[in-house]
Amino acid sequence: MTRPETFGQAVTVENLVKRFGDFTAVDHLSFSVSAGEIFGFLGPNGAGKSTTIRMLCGILAPTSGRGNVIGFDILTESEQIKERIGYMSQKFSLYDDLTVEENIEFYGGIYGVPAGRLEQRKRWILEMADLTERADSLTGELAVGWKQRLALGCAVVHEPQILFLDEPTAGVDPTSRRNFWDLIYDVAGGGVTVFVTTHYMDEAEHCDRLGLIYAGKLIASGSPQQLKERCVAGTLLEVHAQPVMQALDVLAQEPAAREVAVFGAALHVVTDGEAGEKRVRAALEGSGVTVGHIGAIVPSLEDIFVALIEQADRAAAGVGG
Amino acid sequence: MLLRTWMISWKEFIQIFRDARTLAVVVILPVLMLVLFGYAINLDVRHLKLAVHDQDRSQASRDLIGAFSRGEHFDVTAYLGSYDEATEALDRGRVQAALVIPTEFSEDLAAGGAAPVQLLIDGSDSTTASTAIAYANAIILQHSGKISAGALRRRGLMVHAEPLALDTRLRVWYNPELKSTNFIVPGLVAVILMMLAALLTSMTVVRERERGTIEQLIASPVMPHELMLGKLVPYVIIASVDVVLVIAAGKLLFRVPLVGSPVLLLALSAVFLMAALGIGLLISVVSTSQQTAMTVAVLATVLPSMLLSGFIFPISAMPAVLQWLTNVIPATHFLVIARGIFLKGSGLSLLWPQALVLLLYGLLMLGLSSLRFRKRL
Repeated sequence: MTRPETFGQAVTVENLVKRFGDFTAVDHLSFSVSAGEIFGFLGPNGAGKSTTIRMLCGILAPTSGRGNVIGFDILTESEQIKERIGYMSQKFSLYDDLTVEENIEFYGGIYGVPAGRLEQRKRWILEMADLTERADSLTGELAVGWKQRLALGCAVVHEPQILFLDEPTAGVDPTSRRNFWDLIYDVAGGGVTVFVTTHYMDEAEHCDRLGLIYAGKLIASGSPQQLKERCVAGTLLEVHAQPVMQALDVLAQEPAAREVAVFGAALHVVTDGEAGEKRVRAALEGSGVTVGHIGAIVPSLEDIFVALIEQADRAAAGVGG
Repeated sequence: MLLRTWMISWKEFIQIFRDARTLAVVVILPVLMLVLFGYAINLDVRHLKLAVHDQDRSQASRDLIGAFSRGEHFDVTAYLGSYDEATEALDRGRVQAALVIPTEFSEDLAAGGAAPVQLLIDGSDSTTASTAIAYANAIILQHSGKISAGALRRRGLMVHAEPLALDTRLRVWYNPELKSTNFIVPGLVAVILMMLAALLTSMTVVRERERGTIEQLIASPVMPHELMLGKLVPYVIIASVDVVLVIAAGKLLFRVPLVGSPVLLLALSAVFLMAALGIGLLISVVSTSQQTAMTVAVLATVLPSMLLSGFIFPISAMPAVLQWLTNVIPATHFLVIARGIFLKGSGLSLLWPQALVLLLYGLLMLGLSSLRFRKRL
């Protein structure tokens, strides 16, 4: 298959908007995905991830804005895009009343894979998804983890240039999720661009680059490392103190603690260097709270995401007020 | 691309054969409907219950009653003593007709004058009533002819061979015994196929929508017309099996003669099926749930096919607007074909206009379904 000149970009999106009635699901989204990378689209449920992916795959018409997938316009050339991409929808949508093998053959045929090549691809997919022994089982009888792997297999049966995965591991146990990501690496290793949406933070760490989407807006993007460095200016402290809620109230009044959030049994506090750490400790001890261990930690993506969402909420409140 | 259309058909075939419910609909429903409707819809007027109130009680009156009870049209079920009893029997629906022979009947006859008799008929079922009147008139005409001839003979006059100026020699063609099953069963074939076909395809697209499999499909390069055609083909084949099933059942159970070519009947049935299946497909594309699709399919096919196609009610008796409307119903055209081939042995040289209309109808439905099907969510 020939690919038009894409200047190394597999996906580019400019001011993409999708409204459903009064509700704006995707709000002036702009980003790009480089060819060959694993791009993670991270955001809570309802943030607009599926809507965006559906617009990119040409099955949902944008309200406004522009987009380009592997050199084809998402508004006018959606059929050309469909021939060249693989898509795995959020809800399992293979045929339950077809066998594993029949599903692969069906999608192979639909994408016009020649018979000889299809035989090879089928064997590869069955092996890759560890479904060889279940080739003749009805798909509906498979456990969720197997179904997801089969869906991935069917999405790549025609060797697409780019693979769109919409929450591929939703509802799957952690071991199966781990296995599934190994498969994604396999596919990406073959030079395929992978665009994957997720709301699991640990999965986001597997991606080359991330786009953080919240309430239909892109609030940050970059590699996991870049996001961690760029987005939290200052020192992140993990603070153990009892009772936690009282400690939270104290630090909310303390100017040295720029941001405070409950994180499990502890508090995560953003402050500036060692001086800030000392003032946080002093404030807590002065208030009669029992203070345990306080130490600097490397922020996780979850910290970043919580911080970014709070920023976005504050900005929205500021604009609204 | 032919491969994609074939893949859709292949997949659809597998799904049909793995679904016991669909198979039951395909095999049992048509035969069941044929049997139920075939026996239930009987327009022949036979064995009407007749009450007799004979005030004369003479040889002549007994002869007249005998004339009525000899044929298979009337069964004398009650001899009643009074006029009131006769009217009550009619009121209560115990009999459909009552024959009242007055006291002076034999005297009037002997005097050589016209002897009046009264026949009361339950007109609440007008079809039955008008048929009954026709039968009764025929019986009375024949009987009075016999009496007149007898009277003349007794007076020593010879009766000549041609007593009447006009002599109608009636011959009924195509259905000489006027058996209504011969008329009903070919029509039933049309109605049953129409409903079955629309029902089958009405599920096919909306089911994918309900199960969510449509999303993966519209994200693929398959084109709407490939999807529609691919979905239609398996059902044309399966419904053709039903054509054979229904025709065989019609012949075996109701002894309807098949005068014309079975091959032509099958071929034109397939054309009709395309139209009917196309209607179901369009319904499926437009519907949002299988439930709606099924209801719409049954309503949109059964009622018009039964009421407006000429299946039972003659189109020529309908108001002009309805007559025009009957052309929109595929069953109307197929009825002409089915009755033509079954009873008259008509060939394509006569039936091609109907066949052409059905062919265009099918293509139109397929086209509309493809246009209406959007590869968007």
